[in-house]
Amino acid sequence: MSELRYEAPDSVASAIKLLAAAGGPTRILAGGTDVIVQMEMDMIDPELLLDIKHIPGLREIKAENGGFRIGATVSGMEMMEHAALCATWPGLIDGVKLIGSIQVKGRATMAGNLCNASPGADSVPPLVTAGAIAHVVGPNGARDVPVEQIPVGPGKTSLTKGEIIESFFLPARARNSGDAYLRFTPRTEMDIAVVGVAVNLTLDTAGVCTAARVAIGAVAPTVLLVKECADALIGTKVDEAAIDKMAAAAAAACRPIDDKRGTKEFRIKMARVLAKRVAQKALERARHVA
Amino acid sequence: MATILEKPGFNPDRQYKIVGTSPVKHDGFDKVTGRAKFAADAFLPGMLIGKVLRSPHPHAVLKSIDISKAAALPGVKAVITRDDFPEIKQGTGAGDMTRIAMAREKVYWEGHPVAAVAATSESIAKKALKLIDVHYEVLPHVIDPVEAMKPDAPILHDYMRTKGAKGPDAEKPTNVVERSVLAICDVDAGFAQADFIVEHTYDTKPMHQGYIELQSCIANYSDDGQVDLWCCTQAPWVYRDRLTEILKIDSSKIRIQQSELGGGFGGKTTFYLEPLSIVLSRKAKCPVKMTLTRSEVLRATGPVSGTQSTIKMGCKKDGTIVAVDSTLIFQTGPYTGSAFTNAPQAMLTRYELKNVRTVSYEVVSNRPKVSSFRAPCVPQVVFGVEDCVSELARKVGMDELDFRLKNAIVEGHKTIYGETFNRIGFVETLEAAKNCDHYKSPVPKGQGRGIATGFWFNRGGETTGTMNLAPDGTVNIILGTADVAGSRMSMSMMAAEEFGIPVDRVRSVLADTNSLGYNRVTAGSRTTFSSGMIVIDSARKIIAELCRRAAKIWNVPEEGVIFEDGHCRPASSNVGNFEPLSMKDIASKTTYTMGAIAGHSEMNVTGAGPGFAVHIVDVEVDKETGLTSVKRYTIVEDAGKAISPLQVEGQFQGAAVQGIGWALNEEYIFGDDGRLQNPGFLDYRMPVASDVPMIDTVIVEVPNPKHPYGLRGVGEVPLTPAMGAIGNAIGNAIGIRPRSLPMTPAKVLALMEAGAKAG
Repeated sequence: MSELRYEAPDSVASAIKLLAAAGGPTRILAGGTDVIVQMEMDMIDPELLLDIKHIPGLREIKAENGGFRIGATVSGMEMMEHAALCATWPGLIDGVKLIGSIQVKGRATMAGNLCNASPGADSVPPLVTAGAIAHVVGPNGARDVPVEQIPVGPGKTSLTKGEIIESFFLPARARNSGDAYLRFTPRTEMDIAVVGVAVNLTLDTAGVCTAARVAIGAVAPTVLLVKECADALIGTKVDEAAIDKMAAAAAAACRPIDDKRGTKEFRIKMARVLAKRVAQKALERARHVA
Repeated sequence: MATILEKPGFNPDRQYKIVGTSPVKHDGFDKVTGRAKFAADAFLPGMLIGKVLRSPHPHAVLKSIDISKAAALPGVKAVITRDDFPEIKQGTGAGDMTRIAMAREKVYWEGHPVAAVAATSESIAKKALKLIDVHYEVLPHVIDPVEAMKPDAPILHDYMRTKGAKGPDAEKPTNVVERSVLAICDVDAGFAQADFIVEHTYDTKPMHQGYIELQSCIANYSDDGQVDLWCCTQAPWVYRDRLTEILKIDSSKIRIQQSELGGGFGGKTTFYLEPLSIVLSRKAKCPVKMTLTRSEVLRATGPVSGTQSTIKMGCKKDGTIVAVDSTLIFQTGPYTGSAFTNAPQAMLTRYELKNVRTVSYEVVSNRPKVSSFRAPCVPQVVFGVEDCVSELARKVGMDELDFRLKNAIVEGHKTIYGETFNRIGFVETLEAAKNCDHYKSPVPKGQGRGIATGFWFNRGGETTGTMNLAPDGTVNIILGTADVAGSRMSMSMMAAEEFGIPVDRVRSVLADTNSLGYNRVTAGSRTTFSSGMIVIDSARKIIAELCRRAAKIWNVPEEGVIFEDGHCRPASSNVGNFEPLSMKDIASKTTYTMGAIAGHSEMNVTGAGPGFAVHIVDVEVDKETGLTSVKRYTIVEDAGKAISPLQVEGQFQGAAVQGIGWALNEEYIFGDDGRLQNPGFLDYRMPVASDVPMIDTVIVEVPNPKHPYGLRGVGEVPLTPAMGAIGNAIGNAIGIRPRSLPMTPAKVLALMEAGAKAG
């Protein structure tokens, strides 16, 4: 066990410098709702805990180019209390709302949820279907990365040494768009998704789907963005037949494992059920019914 | 001291002033503001932190332990292993206890302690654990009790022979601790009279008690061999006597102070850290504090037994149950002590039965030794019994409650375990259930309703307490029975009732083991009943003494003084024209009479009144996911007399919530390697608040004639029917009754799919 070092830099530049210079394992502390628990359970033993909560500017939700920029240390509750964000991206908020308890959401961040790289993270499928872009900064400069490329496997990300996510960008929204996220858990809350499905779609004035993205969580090492599901919806009026086809594609895309949270067979069944239900919800939102 | 309450004399005409109200608990303020001191809040100067090294293997021979590197680490003050504990023969009660605390010859579960360290900080202690070199010879393991009974199963203890076994296998090493038969009359003859017979096999899982407070203690072993121990426990005197036995220390030299208890439910009747912290403190010559982590609690402390039961039940066309034949298998962990004999006695008690046979087996396997939990071993078997009863009712074509009423046991009848019931309230409870709003309301569309009933003996036992009158006339009660659920307040209320004073003038505190005589464990729903007897007896002794003092002050004969509403008064105008003397008037002048006034009582309390409950549950099952939502839940139960109705309701509601967890989700999940895969509340799925509806309660009061106020225990009865009722509700919602716990979405969905296939 190494001696633990705690640093709370006041700029992104010094954060990057500290991370790049660290000799042993590091963890970024934003909400701490995963990191502290993992330390308590002796799952990780970091040499450096880098607290980014004291960096000015990271805890803001700003309008940008018709979309939103969400800083890395914005908490789940702060997102849920942002009226414009909730109205524009209700599916993303569906996911955020399902993270832990109110107390946990008071600290937990979306960046942490993404970088913890759990395939069952609730905010990630709707973040992926929203087409969110992570703004990554590091010793070699900044880069913009689609969020689905950040996790590469359970507990693993594509971030290189010294890199942190500074913010997310959610693009401008087309008219008649709707997104939604549903998960299946045995309990109503304080639980981890057995399966989670997010759908984001856009309709034209005739009610025909012109764009769609469907992502499934907890059925593969990372959240899956399933093109076949989107193809099943695009060009249709998102009728029952299209939704059934999309749900079948969702079930076909699943590559789950048997574990304590569910068998492969059960997860695939749930993916199909949830895909149907969540598509219906996204459709209602796109039609402004919900 | 003589006991005034030798004949407790229940008085049906008594009018209560305090009993039956629900004042705010005196310990409540500190609990909601965070000031209450739990075991982990204790701190001593010079205190070290102790940590435990645990076996990663579920079954292995402990070949050698090298502590030299750990002991040499700066900051480490003591390292202990099996060599620091007295040798006690294997296969004895004390032998098992010392081996649960610290492994000797073998390790028997993943998490079995093999060494412990005391150091100046937790991080040093954890570092030291990694420096201990343990050499194991790994053996094949077995987790499931049914697997453990098979002829080729790995044997845990070469010395074990089945108690009660007959035939050629009786002398072979085995994992079956005991085969126990309870039989009355003739089941075959009973079944011959049956018009309907049902038979099913049920599977239930070990259940964690779900206490939130982690076990914690501080031991201080002084240079002259005295031990002070602060810990959270339901059983201070039992801990003391068992520590005495396994550590070979005089009882008088071990003083245990119980802390506030953050939940016990039976789980804090067994110690884990206490012997380790005492031995570490002796070796380190400093106080040693130890606290379990949640992962340690789940991996290395005892849940209650899981069972496999096969139950066959028959009845006549008129609904009379004629025979029940059962085989029950109980998992106990590596050592005996599951209290499994409760099951054959209690599982059917509430029905009038002539022909019963129950064959029970207790089986060892490689998981932590089971512990107690509300009505240990009973709810898991009632899960099956109440399915059979409901199925027979449907076959006969009777209302499910009417069927139970037809078979209900009543006063004066003998139970299958030999007790003849005094006044009991099962019929009244069933009738109250029939008349409650929930049962009378139609089952909402798309839902299923289940009902089930349950019984628990309720217990008494050895109890001691003291009551002191202060100069200002207020009363202090010193109790030995741990307060697991608000019993201190009930004691204060009973004392206030006796004295006729406001309850805020009475306080109850918990004694250490040197301050009172023996108190049996707080278990068996005995505390409010047993300590309540002590409190009433002590109060009546104080009242008698107050009258004696008043007589002395007034210089009149003792029989000339009566006591009412907190005052001594002349019995009549013939005695004299004296102003009444308040408790304060007398207590403030004891220097001038005969000294301080106190009441004291010790009894082996008998006469606990059996309890019965009916649960009514409505559930909705998602037909596509198998997810069960509990929509409405009502508990109807006989409390005898509710001292504090709010607390009685809390007991009912808490039990229902635990029952919902046991029924739907809670389960220890082991990998093929015998290691626990869900050692945390994230994946050990206890219900959260939004998983349960408001639990409605109906308190029935059929007085127990053996208690002055008529009370019965209420802590355990309300768990007994819970899973049976929920199982019946799901069965009625989907058309197939689940018979394996937990009734998870995946299992319920599979049942529905199988049912659809079968058409």
